[in-house]
Amino acid sequence: MIETVYPKGKLVAKTGNEVMAEAMRQIEPDVVAAYPITPATEILQIFSQFVADGVVKSEYIPVESEHSAMSATIAASAAGARAMTGTSSQGLCFMWEMLYIASGLRLPIVMAEVNRAISAPLNIHGDQSDTMGARDSGWIQIYSENSQEAYDNMIQATRIAEKAKIPVLVTTDGFIISHCMEVVELYPDADVKAFVGEYKPERYLLDTKKPYTLGSIDLQDYYFEHRFQLAEAMRNAKNVILDVAKDFEKSFGRKYDLCEEYMLSDAEIAIVIIGSTAGTAKVVVQELREKGIKAGLLKIRAYRPFPVEQVTKGLKHIKAVAVMDRADSCSGAFAPLYSDVVSSLYATGVTSLKVVNYIYGLGGREINIRHISDVYETLIKIATGSEKPSSQVRYINVREK
Amino acid sequence: MANLKELSKAPERVTGGHRLCAGCGAGIVARQALIAIGNTPVVVTSATGCLEVSTTVFPYTSWKNSFFHSAFENLAATCCGIETAYKSLKAQGKIKENIRFIAFGGDGGTYDIGFQSLSGAMERGHRMLYICYNNEAYMNTGIQRSGATPRGAHTTTAPAGKVRQGKEQNRKDLTQIMVAHNIAYVAQTYVGNWNDFITKVQKALAVDGPSFINILTPCRLGWNYKPEDTMVLARLAVETCVWPSYEVENGVYKINVMPKEKKPVTEFLKHQGRFKHLFKPENINILESIQKSVDEKWEILQRKALSGCKV
Repeated sequence: MIETVYPKGKLVAKTGNEVMAEAMRQIEPDVVAAYPITPATEILQIFSQFVADGVVKSEYIPVESEHSAMSATIAASAAGARAMTGTSSQGLCFMWEMLYIASGLRLPIVMAEVNRAISAPLNIHGDQSDTMGARDSGWIQIYSENSQEAYDNMIQATRIAEKAKIPVLVTTDGFIISHCMEVVELYPDADVKAFVGEYKPERYLLDTKKPYTLGSIDLQDYYFEHRFQLAEAMRNAKNVILDVAKDFEKSFGRKYDLCEEYMLSDAEIAIVIIGSTAGTAKVVVQELREKGIKAGLLKIRAYRPFPVEQVTKGLKHIKAVAVMDRADSCSGAFAPLYSDVVSSLYATGVTSLKVVNYIYGLGGREINIRHISDVYETLIKIATGSEKPSSQVRYINVREK
Repeated sequence: MANLKELSKAPERVTGGHRLCAGCGAGIVARQALIAIGNTPVVVTSATGCLEVSTTVFPYTSWKNSFFHSAFENLAATCCGIETAYKSLKAQGKIKENIRFIAFGGDGGTYDIGFQSLSGAMERGHRMLYICYNNEAYMNTGIQRSGATPRGAHTTTAPAGKVRQGKEQNRKDLTQIMVAHNIAYVAQTYVGNWNDFITKVQKALAVDGPSFINILTPCRLGWNYKPEDTMVLARLAVETCVWPSYEVENGVYKINVMPKEKKPVTEFLKHQGRFKHLFKPENINILESIQKSVDEKWEILQRKALSGCKV
């Protein structure tokens, strides 16, 4: 029996997947189409049970592939339904073509995404290669540090998507968040439903009074404008995310931003990081602070749109920064987050600080307090000039030979 | 049996001015299918292909009903997404009227790249009519071989050359594959017999579940014939039994158009540039084997129809 109603402020022990499914139940989209893939399967299994038990009014399409999952979700959204899906890794790769179509058609889809490594070699564990690969697909990307954030982000994502008219994916780190049980505060159904509101699309295919053609061929005369409008909408989406965060804080008391600064304002050395490892790094920052070392941390919550101004504002006074990527772009140069951080700094005229790039945790490889302490130690050396910041990407906890 | 008088009152939902070639069968398929549905609201979906790119050049559209396209290989999944949205919104009382869903895909988007999506949607039982306008090759990209291309046909990726004589394999029998999905209505038909096609569309739409129509749709460019011969060629395909018109309704076979006199396959092949090389003396064996294969298939189909047994 699935318990479905929470009194205000109820604390429960749940996994990341369970709370994402809970958010989906409370949002109660009209259509969900999805295909099983580890470690995201559970979200859809739980949701299917809600449908089977009549707990939600949603229709669930158990499609035959992720490509069809995204295609059916896109079509349902275009038809006028509030539509959601969920996937991970290879599944997201298989959706790749359709991700661009979802954003290009400006459909407010929400996806529960569980970060997992990409084949080959086959690996089911957590890293962020999958969503980093989709970073140019025109989706808003919101990363979570823990289950509470995953739950809160899902609830905010629906509002963000529908206001910005851009699809949103909310991620958790595979297994580390998706399968780890944590204490999470779940909000009452009525409060979530009131926050999310009713979906009222402006134009939709099932509106027989105003039929229209969507998905036209769009040639030299118009394509560029449509892509420009999408890019512009993504730039404007920063304010949408912030507005929704403000409302969320009013309704539920938790504060969200594009980034989270942790002991950063007076810091001299800092790490920039995304996802669950931010939690580990915060422990290291506390330990260093106790020793009188001015360490800080900047966690990126919204990676797309990339918060250029907030990143620059947060880092400009720091002497040495380590950008930690849980994905490798195999570019022969740098990993995705590093490239975004450095170009943001340089473009806004902040060139005084030393920035190094670390890659860690691919395929679920252990990343612990000791590893992060080592990074901060290196940053101290770079900040004091005893070590030169090399332009080479550094790898944590890997056998290089 | 469709009533012409009633059909004449049905609204025209595909307007002229589209960019399809003169003599193209796809425009005829789309127009007649939508006439068949009368006044019932419909949402049309299409795979990427000739029909889609020729009727939706932004900011124009030929479609008076809602029309949606997203990609090439996902037509059935796309149509099922809209149908499911309808089901959900209808159950919630947000939509009152009855709306029907038609998907138009070419043979490339149906036999090949969209096959998995089609099979999945049929298995899941969505109430939708999938119409494959089958012109037997990838015509939109310039006449490449598909799983629907018949043996011996010249295409740009299985061309007739010094040592090979066009496509060396027989086409896939997709209509039979759809029958094997045990859906309530599957039919084969052809451009050039409005009554046969429209009757089939009406039967298919009456089914409370998925239905599939495979309509042979001559392509002037790819088959290489005179634009005015589209109907003539499609009829020859039926008269030679190369493409029989039949339906499988709840598992029962029925041949809908019985040729008065079964013509030799060469009657169909000889008008088309794509088969020109087969008429060289050294290729007589290919013509013979095509005839043999058509005869065998026709025999099997007749037996299925005569038995009246469920498959």
